[in-house]
Amino acid sequence: MADANATTTLARPSADRVTTRRPSTRLRNVELALLLVAVAVAASAILLVQLGALGHIDGHIVTLAAGLAALVLALHVVLRFVARDADPFILPIATALNGIGIAEIYRIDLSPTGVRQGWDDGTSQIAWTALGIGAAIAVLFLVRNHRLLQRYTYIAMLVSIVLLVLPLVPGLRLENAAANVWVSVGPLNFQPGEIAKITLAVFFAGFLVARRDSLAMVGRKVLFVRLPRGRDLGPILVVWVLALAVIVFEHDLGTGLLLFGMFVAMLYVATGRTSWIALGLLLAAGGAYAATQVLSYVQGRVTNWLDAFQGDLYQQPGGSFQIVNGIFGLAHGGLFGTGLGQGRPDITPAANSDFIMASLGEELGLVGVFAILSLYLLFVSRGFRIGYSGPDDFGKLLAVGLAFVIALQCFIVIGGVMRVIPNTGLTTPFLAAGGSSLIANWMIAGLLLRISDTIRSGPRTVI
Amino acid sequence: MNRELKRISALVVVMFTALFVASSVIQVFQSQNLDGDSRNQRARADQYAIQRGQILLSDGTAIVTSPKSDDQFRFDRDYKQPRLYAAVTGYYNPIGAPTGIEGALNAQLAGTSSDRLFDRIQNIVTGQDPKGASVQLTIDPTVQKAAYDALGDRRGAVVALDPRTGAVLAMVSKPSFDPNAIADHADGVAAYEDLVKQDPNPLVNRAIAGDLNPPGSTFKIISTSAALESGKYKPSSTFASPRSYRLPGTDTVIQNAVGEACGTGPRASIALALSLSCNIPFAQLGIALGDDALRTQAQKFGFGQQLSIPLKVTPSVYPAGPLDDSETAQTAFGQQDDRATPMQMAMVAAAIGNGGTLMKPNLVQKILSPSLAPVSQFSPEVLSKPVSQDTADAVRTMMVASVASGAATNARIEGVEVAGKTGTAQNGTGDPYTLWFTGFAPASNPQVAVAVVVENGGGLGQTGFGNLVAAPIAKQVMEAVLNR
Repeated sequence: MADANATTTLARPSADRVTTRRPSTRLRNVELALLLVAVAVAASAILLVQLGALGHIDGHIVTLAAGLAALVLALHVVLRFVARDADPFILPIATALNGIGIAEIYRIDLSPTGVRQGWDDGTSQIAWTALGIGAAIAVLFLVRNHRLLQRYTYIAMLVSIVLLVLPLVPGLRLENAAANVWVSVGPLNFQPGEIAKITLAVFFAGFLVARRDSLAMVGRKVLFVRLPRGRDLGPILVVWVLALAVIVFEHDLGTGLLLFGMFVAMLYVATGRTSWIALGLLLAAGGAYAATQVLSYVQGRVTNWLDAFQGDLYQQPGGSFQIVNGIFGLAHGGLFGTGLGQGRPDITPAANSDFIMASLGEELGLVGVFAILSLYLLFVSRGFRIGYSGPDDFGKLLAVGLAFVIALQCFIVIGGVMRVIPNTGLTTPFLAAGGSSLIANWMIAGLLLRISDTIRSGPRTVI
Repeated sequence: MNRELKRISALVVVMFTALFVASSVIQVFQSQNLDGDSRNQRARADQYAIQRGQILLSDGTAIVTSPKSDDQFRFDRDYKQPRLYAAVTGYYNPIGAPTGIEGALNAQLAGTSSDRLFDRIQNIVTGQDPKGASVQLTIDPTVQKAAYDALGDRRGAVVALDPRTGAVLAMVSKPSFDPNAIADHADGVAAYEDLVKQDPNPLVNRAIAGDLNPPGSTFKIISTSAALESGKYKPSSTFASPRSYRLPGTDTVIQNAVGEACGTGPRASIALALSLSCNIPFAQLGIALGDDALRTQAQKFGFGQQLSIPLKVTPSVYPAGPLDDSETAQTAFGQQDDRATPMQMAMVAAAIGNGGTLMKPNLVQKILSPSLAPVSQFSPEVLSKPVSQDTADAVRTMMVASVASGAATNARIEGVEVAGKTGTAQNGTGDPYTLWFTGFAPASNPQVAVAVVVENGGGLGQTGFGNLVAAPIAKQVMEAVLNR
């Protein structure tokens, strides 16, 4: 690990300079200012939706959203006490994305096909956001130091496996869903796979920190590639099988890809061995190829991707209607969009969840899409920054894993909407309608805030 | 560890770059193509949300307008005297493709045509709602009404052209329908499905499309033109005139319409055969000329050519060669696989009437801005010169004789010289005839060329004939023009 140490010493001074020049209260003040901007963006989005789709302002949803703003500010206050040195960008970005998401989900509720009485998607998204922010606050209180999590490495593994298997348990499974990724307890439906992102990141980080040396150094060299030992290969195969199981038994291509991708990325960062990447890609490619051959639903998605506009695929049940209409929506939005509440995003199925980027692209235009993508990129780069300057390898790996999983999830779902890759069902982080996803992503935000705080407030190494 | 992290960061940048590029391609570079896709409901619904232009007659009366509606589409489409003009206007509904002028000039009417770009920018700057351009037609309300009334309840079509300009004065197809029913936002689709199921289908424009009919004896104008253009024949050239004639190489025996010889002598001239509409001399003429000469002449008149007026006209058919003598003989009097639209036969008459120059038929006079200021104006265009002035004059004389004292006497108009030719085309054995008339008036200086087709024997089975049914209809249409 000589080379790793060298880069660490080079990276330190800059991190220090930032910390010393920016005292804790100033960080929090920056956060507050950005947070007010984010709240203003979200509030104007909701008001514009009402003006565009209803033609007048409706007080009810505004009151609910104001409650959320108060909750976000509460989280900010909590940070002032329990994580004073936390990164000042993460909370405002999450707030802005979440707020824009609520506005668009509410907008779909207001569309001719979406008007529903009572507990509509917009209101429930607000409720889930409240729970999500609550979860982030809980994380900040319960995890006072992220190194504690390292103790629970193998418990995290067990929890992950249980979470991923839960949807297959007969009594808990939600029937009539396209993918078996839901758990249903009473009136509540939950996607445990979303939470598994976090527990798996904890497990991978702990496991890789413990085993990195043997993973990195030992192994036979064949040609120019150093192949890992059989016993080191074990874990990667276990994760591969787990991901495949999710794909095969739960019909959830997206989550399978996501978890496996996160693991390979963390493995590479931990060991620095390109052979892992090659092996990971090989396994992923092999799995993907086998899936397209064996699983009809995967095959259908590949066909819908490649031949979306061809022939009568558009009219066929399970054909390319959704993806083509998402693209029509984006195209119709053009550079500046139709304006919030003034497009017809509801034509596309799943306009408020998997295809929310198509809805936002239609109403906010390319400008809006670029802004949202930039927010994600900034969020991820903050996570990576924590990874760069983290004082301990566990924290670094965990931060990188969590940030990468957000990036990869964005790429898989938005890339699917825009026909960069085949479309696989996944939620767009912070934006899409869905409780489990929101709670998981707010917990990720909470963890990143926590790790960033320990970096800045931790004892500094002498330069 | 940080070296790897940098590489992972680079990977994330690559992934997001792919998303930036993909969204730019979809939302900017391919945006127009995707918006134009026929499956794109958004673009169509947007078109409906702007006030569509009006459709006006040649005298400026608006027959199609877009009054405000209070539903999500914001505007209705309202057709006045809907059945009278249905063959011209077509219909418009947000679901499904528009037809007629509504379809052919959709971009102008909807205001999406690129030549209206400047207006649209102006609208954005001034904050006015965009509006579509209006279309002024060449249709003359008096002539249209005369044609519509004269055709009555018969299944068929009438086309009237101004031979000097190609302007379409009337275009009628029966049975007609009410475009308002299809334009209805709530019940339009049901009304459409109802109409499609009817037999005969009223949505078929029999003037320019549909299952084309054999032109029968009206085709003899083309055969005569081919004969004179060849230089080998004159109107006085004669052919044997037996009472019946066996087609070469077959056992099929053909007769003239009345079962008699053509005229009184042993031989009949081309002029006599055209005037009395005899089949046997034309059968021999066809064989003598050959199918290539007939086909070439037919194509010069427009057979087999794509034509847009701007409604798409189904090309009329002279069968592809090589044909044997028996087949060629029958094509010379408009049977076998000859097929023609009334528009095509009106063009044949118009070309003869206009001294051999065929003007391009056209329905649209002007495109007008939303404030009804002219944006563009159509000027007459020469489509082709199918015959020389001499040939045209000679054929005209024969057609005048046909109306004055031959087989087309029911088209006579008091005090006006009319040129014309009837047709009574056989379909299958036992099937009702298709009855035709095509001609022009006044013969020496024509103001109107007309073609009438009556399908299904005009309800008379095999007892009706062109002069009985089609010629009187054409006469009323020509009178309407001459009395203007």
